[in-house]
Order: sequence, then structure tokens, then C-alpha cells
Amino acid sequence: MYYVVTIATLITMALALLRALLGPSVYDRVLAVNMLGTKTVLLLSVIAFLYGRPDFLDLALAYALINFIGVLAVLEFFRSRALRRSAERGARQ
Amino acid sequence: MTALLDTLSWVLLSLGGLSVLIGGIGALRMPDLYTRMHAASVTDSLGAILVLVGIMLQAGLSLATIKLIVILMFLLLTSPTSSNALASAALLAGTRPFAEAAQDAEEPK
Repeated sequence: MYYVVTIATLITMALALLRALLGPSVYDRVLAVNMLGTKTVLLLSVIAFLYGRPDFLDLALAYALINFIGVLAVLEFFRSRALRRSAERGARQ
Repeated sequence: MTALLDTLSWVLLSLGGLSVLIGGIGALRMPDLYTRMHAASVTDSLGAILVLVGIMLQAGLSLATIKLIVILMFLLLTSPTSSNALASAALLAGTRPFAEAAQDAEEPK
């Protein structure tokens, strides 16, 4: 039964990756990568029980932390870039 | 009792897998960024809750359950935060919601 969840998560990860490749704006890509990270956490938790190795849960926890910090850092970067661009546009007009 | 717990956890795991899949399809097929975020948040909250609680019922009372609870609490705290940061960054950059853009296309000012 763990196989069903694993396969569903893997398909969702593939769809998220496709959205990250297609995504028209950079925010679509960030959304897709964030979703991919969450699905990785779920996949690691399921695989820990599928293979009977509970130490995978530590990896899942660490991955959740890294994913959150990474997404926030990337968003802060793009946010400051958007602010800078709008300030430049305002100065030009 | 064990059979009941097993059945319950399989039901939760199946529903979790289904909602994860639906959210993935939605994130691929929805028309603009905000509707995609709406679809993706289904997998982040409902999918994570269902799958992790389903695994917890399989694990029983052990250290693994505590780790799973920590992972679940962390996911439930961080995914709305990152969704909020994403939406505010996109709004600041000038991405407009799909319905509003479609309305403007219909009635030019």
C-alpha cells in the first residue's frame, strides 16, 4: 500500500518539475520547486516505512528545513529585485 | 484493533495519495499563478496531513511517530508562510490575478 502513495508522490513530483520547466514567470518556478520540496519530504517519510528504515525520517526533517529556508531566501532575492526595478522606473518617470 | 488501525491508515494513505495527485495535476493545469498556488496548497496541507497521519497509525507509539509529528507541525507552519511570501512577492512584482486580467480584456477602459 505504501507503493500507491510512493507512485502518486512521484507522479506529482514529475508534474511539479514539468511546471517548473514550463512556468512562464519566475514565481511559477519557485512555486513548483517549493511543491517539489514538500513532496520530497512526504516521499522520504513514506520510503522510510516502505524499506523499514526509520532513520530516513531525519533526512525528511532536514530536507523540510532546507526547503523552507531556501524558498524564503530566493523569494527575498526576487522581492528586493522587483522593488529595485520599480524604484528605478519611478525615478525615470 | 490492529485490523481497524490498519484499515484506517490505508484509507488515510490512499486519500493522501489521491489529494497529492489532484494537487499536482491542478498545479500543472491551472491558468495562472494564484490558482496554481491554490492547487499546490492542497498537496501541502491536506496531502501532508493525510499521508503523515496514515504513516503514524502504522508506526504506533514510537520515536518514529514523534519525528513524524515534528515533520507535520513543521510543514503546517512553513507552507502557509512560504505561500504568503510567494503571493506577496508576486503581487509586488505586478503579477495580476487571472479573473481581474480577463475582466479587463473584456471591457477595455
